[in-house]
Amino acid sequence: MSTALDLITRVRGVRGAMLVSADDGIVVAEQLMEGIKGGAVAALAASLAGRLRRAMEAAGTGTSVFWHLQAEQGALLVVPGGNAAGGILVVAVAEPDVNIGLVRLELLRAAESVV
Amino acid sequence: MSPQTRAVESWTLKPLTDFVRESSVRLVLVLTPAGQVLAQSGFSRAVDVMSAAALAAAIVASTGELARQLRQPPFAALSHQGPKNGFFLATFTAERGTLAVLAVYDLDVSSLGLVQLFYEQLAADLKTASPKGAVPKQVLAADFERELTDSLNTLFGR
Repeated sequence: MSTALDLITRVRGVRGAMLVSADDGIVVAEQLMEGIKGGAVAALAASLAGRLRRAMEAAGTGTSVFWHLQAEQGALLVVPGGNAAGGILVVAVAEPDVNIGLVRLELLRAAESVV
Repeated sequence: MSPQTRAVESWTLKPLTDFVRESSVRLVLVLTPAGQVLAQSGFSRAVDVMSAAALAAAIVASTGELARQLRQPPFAALSHQGPKNGFFLATFTAERGTLAVLAVYDLDVSSLGLVQLFYEQLAADLKTASPKGAVPKQVLAADFERELTDSLNTLFGR
């Protein structure tokens, strides 16, 4: 698990990476820079993932494979690993100008390795 | 303010209302380890409040004793998750004395992580709001039934 997170946090601009239980919103593993509240990010990301999953099912688009929230001072990038309900979320917290494509690639790799 | 949130001790109302709104829990009780309810949210029947408070107090007492036998400090929190609902029970110490919070949540709308996250805020807010230097009032056996009835009437707005 730590190897999977290592690969994500090595990307320039990534401030932290976590594996989060999608059902509980609890941190399973984390590598975060100081100042990031892992528990809060995990709880809110899992809550959002659950709502997104239901919205996408209702819209008939199938399950999400990657989502990216861009904020003024940073970004949250998430890949639901395996069965999004009851599975693991791979979460990255990044600077606003991070290379999104590269982080996405590492998140997808990490999701494959941990599921 | 949610119409279903009511408090016997008014200083608990704002923190509890915020907790219910933010964590999306279905039912909450704030009580003493003896089972005296200070505030409730989401309950519609007095008998449910009495049962939940008695059971929560019993869990606090039994886990406290288990911790004592293991020579550990009392457990900070207990969580149980079923297929559709979860419950979370935790204690903390404020000026008012030790208080317990019992929260029941639907897994469709909340999660253990969210409840834990906002419980920390609730505990901090209750500690801040707790009356300073207040000595918990002793309830005599002779007054118990009247005190209980008064509390239930307050909790259900009667």
